[in-house]
Amino acid sequence: MGAALHNFVGGMDPYFLQIIVNIGIAIILALGLNVITGLTGQLSLGHAAFMSVGAFASALLTIKTGLPFSLNLLLAGSFTALIGILIGFPILRLTGDYLAICTLGFAEIVKVVFLNLDITNRALGLTVPPAKTDIPMPIVVWICALLAVVAVTFVQNSRFGRALKAIREDEIAAESMGINLTLYKLKSFALGTFLAGIGGALYGHFLSYINPSDFGFLKSVDILSMVVLGGLGSVPGAVIGASVLAAAPEFLRFMSQYRMLVYGALLVFLMVFRPNGLLGGVNFVDLVLRTLGKKPHLPLRTGQKEE
Amino acid sequence: MALLELNEVTIRFGGLTAVDRVNLQVEEGTIQALIGPNGAGKSTMFNLITGIYAPTEGNISFGGERISGGEPYRIAAKGIGRTFQNIRLFSTLSVLENVLIGAHTRGRAGLGGAVCKYLPWVRREEGELQDWAVQCLKQVDLVHRAFEPAASLPYGEQRRLEIARALAIKPRILLLDEPAAGMNPQEKMSLMHMIQAIRDTGLTVFLVEHDMKFVMGISDRIAVLDYGVKIADGTPLEVRNNDRVIEAYLGKGAGH
Repeated sequence: MGAALHNFVGGMDPYFLQIIVNIGIAIILALGLNVITGLTGQLSLGHAAFMSVGAFASALLTIKTGLPFSLNLLLAGSFTALIGILIGFPILRLTGDYLAICTLGFAEIVKVVFLNLDITNRALGLTVPPAKTDIPMPIVVWICALLAVVAVTFVQNSRFGRALKAIREDEIAAESMGINLTLYKLKSFALGTFLAGIGGALYGHFLSYINPSDFGFLKSVDILSMVVLGGLGSVPGAVIGASVLAAAPEFLRFMSQYRMLVYGALLVFLMVFRPNGLLGGVNFVDLVLRTLGKKPHLPLRTGQKEE
Repeated sequence: MALLELNEVTIRFGGLTAVDRVNLQVEEGTIQALIGPNGAGKSTMFNLITGIYAPTEGNISFGGERISGGEPYRIAAKGIGRTFQNIRLFSTLSVLENVLIGAHTRGRAGLGGAVCKYLPWVRREEGELQDWAVQCLKQVDLVHRAFEPAASLPYGEQRRLEIARALAIKPRILLLDEPAAGMNPQEKMSLMHMIQAIRDTGLTVFLVEHDMKFVMGISDRIAVLDYGVKIADGTPLEVRNNDRVIEAYLGKGAGH
């Protein structure tokens, strides 16, 4: 099967393939940040730093151990989540601007640490050997992206996800409903940084080279723009935001040096005309049902005698 | 033994003593009211009971167990549901979701259960939570609004939704902070019946309210707070004729 997949992927235009993979990775990263910022309402400006933790962890695992890539991904993601929990524990007591500044500071620290460690090859960066897997990387990326979409969608409509949304809406009321704020914020951070770690691991193995400077503040803002553009808290929004912003620089390439100007202007216009993002405040399931002419019905199960 | 007992409860904010050595007992299955002029410390009392503040001195026990100094989420889980003076709904979420969040402590599915949502026990639990939430909405007559965003409800219905959300915890005591504020007379009447019906299911109700007619009509016992000190405690009739209460509300010399 591996050979057939390789033929399939190998037959595609490499430039097109690269855009597709960039989009897939962007979706994973945006979904992770969407859990932290969109669902739980905790503004993080250090998402790229967690991505770099995952990227370096996974690259080193490939170099030093040669574990199968699936295991490598899980370990890299879990390690990133662990770092996320360690960082999150002291700083998630802060709110709003203070939290944002702390995540920003943390991101800079991570970058400087990676720039100075021998094991990460300092400022030269690491060359990442090919991933130990039969499946071509673009397919791996998209399998992960789809799994992430499904997982975050499930989370959003669960007891766990509702607790996160309650924290976003009103911390005092959430706590009065018996929700342990610190615990749920940490779990949300763990899930979001886990996805960042996976995204970073895929990024490193696809490009086969990583450098700490690739994961700076601008990269974090890029991911945040995707989430905000799509609509905070919306999974389809994050997917669309990530797709649009990951592909936009390529589609605008014909404008050469005016490219970033137009890109910036697009963002400004969008925020003026859709301040909640493309799909912000839209209940997607509800929208689909209503388009199909179906009304949502009350979850009265059989066995209920009333009505 | 009383369900909720406040023992010499005191809280100071800097030099201000907001609640001063208050003793109070709320008996199970009754409607207890707490009244007093603006700034008397009524809402502070609620915040002390629910753990948002810890008392500087004294202690609070619930069902014979000391709760003061504990974290709000733990206290809530012991069976204390509350509403807020200035409505604190999860306003962008639907009415049903608001009540489901109230039912949080009644489930146990976490992150793992969320991702594996097709596991039989997770599905069963979610179904049970949803049924329970609908039942709570029925008690406040809001089932027809289940899928609307909480913020789109008129004011009176938002107050009722807060009650449904607090009921979803399945509390042993329900703390209502000015439930009738901003309601018109008809709404107040139906709220009175609603609270009495809730009491009749065996729940204890502890409410702070300004509307005297409302309080006198509904309460089994009334405590009066003035400048953080409890100045009276008794049946509505006793409180109505208490000189210190009349003085606190109308000033010295009034009525004499």
